[in-house]
Amino acid sequence: MTIIFLLIPLGLVLVGAALWAFFWAVGDGQFDDLESPGWSVVADDTPALETPIDGEQTG
Amino acid sequence: MTGTGRCFHCDEAIAGRVAFAAEVTGTVHAVCCLGCKAAAELISDAGLADFYRFRTAAAPRPKEAAADIWATYDRTEVCEPLLGTEGLLAVVNLLIEDTRCSACSWLISERLRRLPGVSQASMNPATGRAQVAFDRSRVGLGAVLRAIAALGYRPHVLGAADTLAITTRERRVALKRLVVAGFGMMQVMMIAVGLYIGASQGMDPTIREYLRITCLIVTGPVLVYAGRPFFAGALASWRSRQLGMDVPVVIGLSLAFIASSWNTLLHRGEVYFDSVTMFIFLLLLGRYVEMSARHRAGSTADALLRLVPATALRIRDGVRERVPVIALMAGDRIIVPVGECFPADGRVTSGSTDVDESLLTGESLPIPKAPGSLTVAGSLNTGAPVEIALSAVGQSTVLAGIVRLLERAQSERPRIARLADRAASGFVACVLLGALLVALLWLWVDPSRAFEATLSVLVVTCPCALSLATPTVVTAATAALARQGLLVTRADALEALARADHVVFDKTGTLTLGQPQIEKAVPYVGTVDEALNIGRALEQGSEHPLALAFAGFTTATATAVAVHPGAGVEGIIGTERLRIGHTSFVEAIAGPRPKDLPTASIDLGGEHGWRATFQIGDSLRPEAARVVRQLEALGLTPHIASGDHPLAVTTVAARLGIKDWHARLTPSAKLALLQRLIVRGHQVLVVGDGINDAPILGAAAVSVALGSGSALAQSSADLIALRGELATLPLAIATARRASRVIRQNLIWASAYNLIALPIAALGWVPPWLAAVGMSTSSLLVVLNALRLTRREPSSAPTPALPVACPA
Repeated sequence: MTIIFLLIPLGLVLVGAALWAFFWAVGDGQFDDLESPGWSVVADDTPALETPIDGEQTG
Repeated sequence: MTGTGRCFHCDEAIAGRVAFAAEVTGTVHAVCCLGCKAAAELISDAGLADFYRFRTAAAPRPKEAAADIWATYDRTEVCEPLLGTEGLLAVVNLLIEDTRCSACSWLISERLRRLPGVSQASMNPATGRAQVAFDRSRVGLGAVLRAIAALGYRPHVLGAADTLAITTRERRVALKRLVVAGFGMMQVMMIAVGLYIGASQGMDPTIREYLRITCLIVTGPVLVYAGRPFFAGALASWRSRQLGMDVPVVIGLSLAFIASSWNTLLHRGEVYFDSVTMFIFLLLLGRYVEMSARHRAGSTADALLRLVPATALRIRDGVRERVPVIALMAGDRIIVPVGECFPADGRVTSGSTDVDESLLTGESLPIPKAPGSLTVAGSLNTGAPVEIALSAVGQSTVLAGIVRLLERAQSERPRIARLADRAASGFVACVLLGALLVALLWLWVDPSRAFEATLSVLVVTCPCALSLATPTVVTAATAALARQGLLVTRADALEALARADHVVFDKTGTLTLGQPQIEKAVPYVGTVDEALNIGRALEQGSEHPLALAFAGFTTATATAVAVHPGAGVEGIIGTERLRIGHTSFVEAIAGPRPKDLPTASIDLGGEHGWRATFQIGDSLRPEAARVVRQLEALGLTPHIASGDHPLAVTTVAARLGIKDWHARLTPSAKLALLQRLIVRGHQVLVVGDGINDAPILGAAAVSVALGSGSALAQSSADLIALRGELATLPLAIATARRASRVIRQNLIWASAYNLIALPIAALGWVPPWLAAVGMSTSSLLVVLNALRLTRREPSSAPTPALPVACPA
């Protein structure tokens, strides 16, 4: 059972790291708006009209 | 693309054939009006046509603005107080009305980002707030607002010092605390399981001490960081010499923690670290949900800002100039153009117009104003430009008075809360005295067992279950109501909702849709459709609120359209000059009104004689009658309190079968009516949506605002019906009653447990570990009981989906 003398501190370090990451994310504003960022994935980065393909225009 | 029959942009029905064609990414779509055509092509040309793919609701119908009201925002003295700075950039917070889904906010922020000079634009669809950072040397505030308005949305400038920043910070801190408590709880629980198993099966003392010290190390920071709000609350109530609910929480937490740490360091006794962390986490969870609901309700200041414009057109020495509203003084003369709100109270000096005061008085039809008439700040000029001499500005306006009424009503509320606090503090005082008594008795009888017995008493009676009894139920019920589209903004709203026995409805916008509609069209010559066709063509150019009733597709085109304020609209269709409006106005060209034509609100006639008459009215919400009957079945007595005409109110009351109605009420008269009911000992539920309802919404035992109503009314309401429907009301009351039943069960269970456990613990028969198990079990039972509320119980709630036979 002596392994827990290593494992538990290790676990606590991981928890600390997770908390640090979470604090950073909250401070970065990632939890302020949980809805609209989902849309940014499906939206095109560049407008379709600005990248026309010559000679292959579809109606 | 003609077959759909609906406008591609705003989804309004297009009768018959295509009125206008808009080209979006190379495809021609049918749209209903020029405004929609402009908006659709603007969106397409900006490369934002994806909006139409991702939106989940139709876009708002843009208004063809009469004048560019945004240009004034470019002037330095106007925009200076509204802007904040971030480095070299100017930052402005906006509240954008009419956004309907996430795609709308995507569209707005994309459009703004493409404006030259705008470096950052973000919008939160949940709150309707946007923040824009821009370079003032390259783009003005006016251009930013104009870009949003061109898409069909209505921007309002909130100013630099926005409450948004405060609420964001509050939410971030609360979220951090919650997660710290949650992580801490998981760790401590995990180790506690090891300790419990070790206690029953035997464990190496070194490992046991090691596990306990680990628990101590984890619990310490959780208590200090995540538990801080409780300590702050207890400190505040200590300073005000009142034993609030935070006090027993803090005493319970501190004693459990100190005793556990003490035992850990002395290698003896029991530890309760798991209880400490679990307690903190559960309490924070309840508070977090409560806070999110509160934040969504918005703030009073924002709503006021929507009503009073930022600038006004002042006349001084014959010169007209745009000045900020703050610079206006009583005695100044200003011109209020059509479509703008009155910035201050005053008296009309020249010109005549119609004014929409519906937000302030509830009067659904516009009120004619002639020289000498009083106008109030916040009402909308809908007829013609008028010149007014100001009598009151800023804080002395009627609008400001209403807001003060509202604030007073809100400040009167906490009495109930204080009462509850006093009851709680009585309980706390009893527990503390009891513990002290037990400690003294045991010190006298057997000092060696005094600490353990006292601790057992404190742990057993730790108001865990008692203090969890209400918040968990409130949280569960809040979540259940949110699923039904009702947002609870105050925790005590549920209890009051469950007890409500009288319900007071506002009329305009609450029982009715709040928009004028053609109830009846009687043609004198030709058909109904022809009459409507002509009427719509004529009214298209009018900003008059009644013209809204005529919104829709028309095949006729009116030329030489002239709006006659306070009378009607004139125009030429084909070769005939036609007039729509007041009887006398139409009679002037069409001859005397035919006797066999029924009297109605709006007449239509031309040089060739009379055409038709239209009855305009504010039609009832389709669900209103059913909801009123369901509420009566639940034992509530309905009332109507309206600022509108007695005639309009009786019609509605008769159709809904409501016996008690009051018309032409000012906000203070509404408040008096409400207070009469309260004095008689009734629990009154108020349902409303307008600014004029705000004071009574605040003063009522419990209030519901319809989500389509003004923000001010919503901010003072306890519940907000997000979908703007009445149908959720009976459901909400049923849920609230179930919730209060569960709260009662929980309180009875928790007090019974405490009453039984206390004497046993005081006698020293309960070791602290058993006390902790008992406390955890009772808390768990309370939480599980509360969770039953989140389950749907179709049998006990009167679901509107039931096929109830009801006449339309």
